[in-house]
Amino acid sequence: MLHIKCPHCGLRSQNEFSYGGDATVKRPELGKEISDQDWDNFVYNRKSLRGKHWELWQHLSGCRQWIKVQRDTATHEIFKTLKANEEIS
Amino acid sequence: MTQSFRLESGGLIDRDKKISFKFNGKNYFGYEGDTLASALIANGVHLIGRSFKYHRPRGFFGAGVDEPYAIVQLYRNGETEPNIKATEQELFEGLEAKSVNCWPSVNFDVGAINNFLKIFLPAGFYYKTFMWPKSFWYKIYEPFIRRAAGLGTASIKHDKERYEHKYEYCDLLITGSGPSGLASAYSAAKNGAKVILAEDKSRFGGTLLTSEVNIGNQSGKEWADSIISELKEMPNVTVKNRSQVFGYYDHNMLVMSERISDHLPKTKKFHPKQRLWYIRAKEVLISSGSIERPIVFGNNDTPGVMLSSAAKEYLKVYGVLVGKKPLVFTNNDSGYETAIEFKKNGIDPIILDTRKEPKSEIIEEAQNMNINIKNSYVVVAAQGYKKVKSADVAKISDNKEELGSIENIECDCICVSGFWTPTIHLASQSGNKTKFNEDIDAFVPGISKQNEKTLGAANGIYTLEETLKDSFEKGNLLSKKITNNENKFSFPNVVEKKSTVHDKFWCVPLPKGKNYKRFLDFQNDVAVSDIEIALKEGYRSIEHVKRYTTLGMATDQGKTSNLNGLQLVSKIENKVVPAVGHTTFRPPYSPVSIGAIVGREVGKHSKPTRKSPMHSWHEKNNAVFVDAGVWLRPRYYKRGEENLFEASKREAKNVRTNVGVCDVTTLGKIDIKGPDAAELLNRVYTNAWLKLPVGKARYGVMLREDGIVMDDGTTTRISENHYHMTTTTAQAANVLSHLEYYLQLVWPELNVNVVSTTEQWAGAAIAGPKSRELLKKLFPNSDVTNEGLPFMGYMEGDLFGVKAKIFRISFSGELAYEVNVESDNGYFMWEKIIEAGEEFGIQPYGTEALSTLRIEMGHVAGSELDGRTIPYDNSLEGLLSKKKDFIGKRSLSRKAFAAKDRQKIVGVVPLDKKTSIPEGSHLVKDSNAPLPNPKLGYISASCWSVEHDNPFSLAILKDGKNMIGEKLFVMSPLKNKIIPVEIVSSHYVDPKGERVRS
Repeated sequence: MLHIKCPHCGLRSQNEFSYGGDATVKRPELGKEISDQDWDNFVYNRKSLRGKHWELWQHLSGCRQWIKVQRDTATHEIFKTLKANEEIS
Repeated sequence: MTQSFRLESGGLIDRDKKISFKFNGKNYFGYEGDTLASALIANGVHLIGRSFKYHRPRGFFGAGVDEPYAIVQLYRNGETEPNIKATEQELFEGLEAKSVNCWPSVNFDVGAINNFLKIFLPAGFYYKTFMWPKSFWYKIYEPFIRRAAGLGTASIKHDKERYEHKYEYCDLLITGSGPSGLASAYSAAKNGAKVILAEDKSRFGGTLLTSEVNIGNQSGKEWADSIISELKEMPNVTVKNRSQVFGYYDHNMLVMSERISDHLPKTKKFHPKQRLWYIRAKEVLISSGSIERPIVFGNNDTPGVMLSSAAKEYLKVYGVLVGKKPLVFTNNDSGYETAIEFKKNGIDPIILDTRKEPKSEIIEEAQNMNINIKNSYVVVAAQGYKKVKSADVAKISDNKEELGSIENIECDCICVSGFWTPTIHLASQSGNKTKFNEDIDAFVPGISKQNEKTLGAANGIYTLEETLKDSFEKGNLLSKKITNNENKFSFPNVVEKKSTVHDKFWCVPLPKGKNYKRFLDFQNDVAVSDIEIALKEGYRSIEHVKRYTTLGMATDQGKTSNLNGLQLVSKIENKVVPAVGHTTFRPPYSPVSIGAIVGREVGKHSKPTRKSPMHSWHEKNNAVFVDAGVWLRPRYYKRGEENLFEASKREAKNVRTNVGVCDVTTLGKIDIKGPDAAELLNRVYTNAWLKLPVGKARYGVMLREDGIVMDDGTTTRISENHYHMTTTTAQAANVLSHLEYYLQLVWPELNVNVVSTTEQWAGAAIAGPKSRELLKKLFPNSDVTNEGLPFMGYMEGDLFGVKAKIFRISFSGELAYEVNVESDNGYFMWEKIIEAGEEFGIQPYGTEALSTLRIEMGHVAGSELDGRTIPYDNSLEGLLSKKKDFIGKRSLSRKAFAAKDRQKIVGVVPLDKKTSIPEGSHLVKDSNAPLPNPKLGYISASCWSVEHDNPFSLAILKDGKNMIGEKLFVMSPLKNKIIPVEIVSSHYVDPKGERVRS
């Protein structure tokens, strides 16, 4: 079970969190023209990376904040966690 | 009955406490402190079971967790448990056990014929032998194999024992209380670290209990006892026996199973049987020791052939002789220690040593005791069927390939030592990259991935002095890092006998003309010949060889067989062992009971049960409940002998003619506040929300980004910046997360706050033509006329002194209202509604009637909004705003979603107006078309229309828009039904929606 450092609450067990997918995907702006290809990429197409990956988790049974977690998908090592409003650098 | 194999004295058992027990129906006795295995051996019982595949007789091989043979069915306190290792099960008064995998008895086993049919049961026989004819598999082959195989019978009764879970955090977790575990725990504890020391067995001390050593002028056992008693006194130390750390998971989470009551005749009141510990440790010290590995020779599975270390343990811990004419077959000095113990107790052993001229302190001691030692000798084959009677032995050439002439030596047990294999399971589970150590011919931990270190024998360190030094130091270093405190103490003086190098010999060649079975895996009956076949057939990867032959796949996970299997593969493949690699170690290290894993989450405790504040009223009024997610909801209220169908019809009809009341507390409720609340709703819902006036409700549909409908519900504008959103019962949690996602991550600029208020409000839906009359009575001071509270209107009211929210919304399609009060007042509200409604003929209605009402109205619910449909499919396209963008809008223009013949919701009526239509059935054009019959759609929900008094269903049908009036067939192969039907509008009742506005 992972040990995830919630930037708001501290280290907590994985079972308090739920996974929310790739954190680097940006939702296209509302009302803006967008090609089928770009929209499909936003909705469906994801890379299944091996290695460092920025992903979203929600601290569901805690502060309910969505957070960004940099995790190695092969080793499960967690390098960094950010609040929702902090930019991935 | 006398225990003919029990010594007069010695051992760590309590000879004052006799314990009687039963094995295979026969009475025996042993002493407190015995295991089932030691007590049986003391009584001269060596035949304990039959093997998995060939049903060959099985005895004891080890004395602990590594035991591959002695698996029994245990009976305790009226319960039975399979797969119990006799070597681990402590004896208690009244214990009963039986052999497994034999019929009719362990002495005469019909399945043993497999032993003579073994040419038909080669490696991979599952995949080869029983393939043809295909139709035989399910009816003949599989049931036969299942009956013949298997290692016990699971109880089919409810387990009334209690199992608990515990979460714990510590600085250092130390797994095993042998010399390395004790030393590291001691130095870490002295530095003030929070330490958990776990020991699998009932006694602490590990090998110190059986080895002839001296630490600080105390015997090994005395030293272990003194350290343990000191540790137990320290507040920062938790010492646990009968506790096995069986799994090493991510981020230093380890799981330990503590057997609290398994050694007692019955579990004490308020005590659990077992406890599962989830331990998050800052550092882990693995001190799990090593397991002796066998040498492979002919018939090496005969009862009486066992590990030499086990023979020594039975002698020293239990005062039990595994035989009176022992043969010790060894390639290293450990065998000598066992022989010396025999000799000390008046038994004359013979040592066969594969080495030519070994010299060491231990060997010298054996020589001085006049023990018969034969160098360059091997056991070629054990003789005897149900017990070893003699051994064929021979001299072996220096290159270990040629056997001399065969001699037969009479013996009643063969104690084998093929050197030691470090127990690296936990280290490997943690992700440690193990490496091969040439000196000990085994894998040891290498580069760590997590915060773990392996100590002592588990790390391939086999001398006590080095082990203690290393362990004191590691315990000190790691704890110092955490506590910033160092408490120095002097290293004790260690006396141990020096040993010399072992011989890398592991498998005795077959003598010419003999075809003895030489087993590698004793539990799964995998022999040398099976591995040879697998390799001949082209299997190369050790992972494939393992699965094809089942080597190491039994419940003992190959603790005694893995390395010899690797040796064989590397020899045939002409590779070095590290190039072959080892198979993956996975938790659990040793089997864990399902009860311990499940813990308290059984029956009603397997998920939370949520009840509305009106629950007790429903109970008192004969409600029959149904699970709705985690909620319990009344399905119908039973009157007299009514069944579900009759009751729900009565309740639904009463709503259509008089008035009914339904508990809708379970609906999800989300409170939305902030200056941008309207903007949020406008983006989340498909329809327009910016102009909703205060005091008005609106129905809305929300989509996922892929255009699929996520949920629907009404949201009401309570005040300028305050909205009350309702969701379906099932989606309440998802919708809240969904809103939080967009507010926190996508549009953080929106100034809105959302919070779940599902449990804050109790809700009652009042529906039916007489609902307004009832409402007037409930809220005499409020104007609830059609003008004062029009359809989709909202107001606050005073319900006999209780503040209430009144919404004019309808799911049933009738004139209807929903009244919400604070949860604490829910029961009061409900009673008032029933009381005041009496004169209007009010009846409560359950979810079944609720379904009927919404289905015949064509209102969609969970069975249509099933994660596969878009708004058009549900005839909700009228709610799609063209003027604004919203979540998922862009997806709706995808080709398939915009197709002209897109599926759409329709109504379905059977032509005979009688036959009810099973939900989930398919709609087809021609019921006689050849299979697979093209499917046009499926039935999503069915009811008995109370308005029309005939069956009615909703369906999602291809090109549904143009199918009204068509005649199709409903096919349900499951129910064996073909029903001719007509497609009608999904709005079967009040298609213009006049009633809700009346």
